[in-house]
Amino acid sequence: MSGDRSGAWPLWEVFVRSRRGLSHTHAGSLHAPDAEMALRNARDLYTRRSEGVSIWVVPSTAVTASSPDEKDPFFEPSADKPYRHPTFYEIPEGVQHL
Amino acid sequence: MTAALALGDDALVLSHRLGEWAGHAPVLEEEVALANIALDLLGQARVLLSLAGDEDELAYLREERAFRNVQLVEQPNGDFAHTIARQLCFSTYQELLYERLARGGGPFAPLAAKAVKEVAYHRDHAEHWTLRLGDGTADSHERMRTALEALWRFTGELFEPVEGCEVEWDTLHADWLDRLTSVLKRATLEVPEGPRRGAWAAGAGRQGVHTESFGRMLAEMQHLHRSHPGATW
Repeated sequence: MSGDRSGAWPLWEVFVRSRRGLSHTHAGSLHAPDAEMALRNARDLYTRRSEGVSIWVVPSTAVTASSPDEKDPFFEPSADKPYRHPTFYEIPEGVQHL
Repeated sequence: MTAALALGDDALVLSHRLGEWAGHAPVLEEEVALANIALDLLGQARVLLSLAGDEDELAYLREERAFRNVQLVEQPNGDFAHTIARQLCFSTYQELLYERLARGGGPFAPLAAKAVKEVAYHRDHAEHWTLRLGDGTADSHERMRTALEALWRFTGELFEPVEGCEVEWDTLHADWLDRLTSVLKRATLEVPEGPRRGAWAAGAGRQGVHTESFGRMLAEMQHLHRSHPGATW
């Protein structure tokens, strides 16, 4: 590892599905030399208290993120459009789980 | 019960050795992985030693000569490759042994059936690292080769029959060698040629004869309990 330790290992984002039927949720990130090892590290770091039934690992470099500079054009316009929220419906009686 | 002590001591001693990596592992992720494996082994040791007597007394108050673990598991951690080589040799053996004990239906079947899943992961962990170190850089290959050479003479003892384990030891040995050969080949490593039985220093752990570093390890492991008997927190 030529002395520079985990600095040489790429970063991976870890997504864990906690139960069947739920979607994978971001759990954190870790260093690993390759995808196979990243899966194993993720198993040890994020599922040791039986938090998961399935794991995805994704190279952090593959994630394209919105930047804080773009916050206003991205998110501000939706702030004053309450009609986009589904709050103008009468909920019929008897509908459960809503 | 001879077998419970032998298998329990294997798990206990290797667990302590792996625990020594805490705070010293090459990377944080690997430190957690090794600690997980150590905790799995500690859980197995508690069940097995409880079958043989009082687990705390057995773990903390026995003298070196009363321990029945194989000498392989007490070997010092060395560098990371050394630890991986020890893990590869032992977890491959332990998985094959527990598979057989689980099928056999004897007193160890319930434990073995549960623990074999843990051990399969330990073996998988060791195999993946063996492949990466063996087929990695010139330095990692050399370290892995050196580690296997150094530990090889301690592997013969794994297949000495243990009284109370109804297992076909010869086929266990053959399966172990097959598996190890295949992993080492994929890792571009050679199966060491050195002697494994009857060598001068190796192979009497089951009779209570241990190697030099074991006494020091035991002193550290037992120190707290001996200084403060019955201490709890």
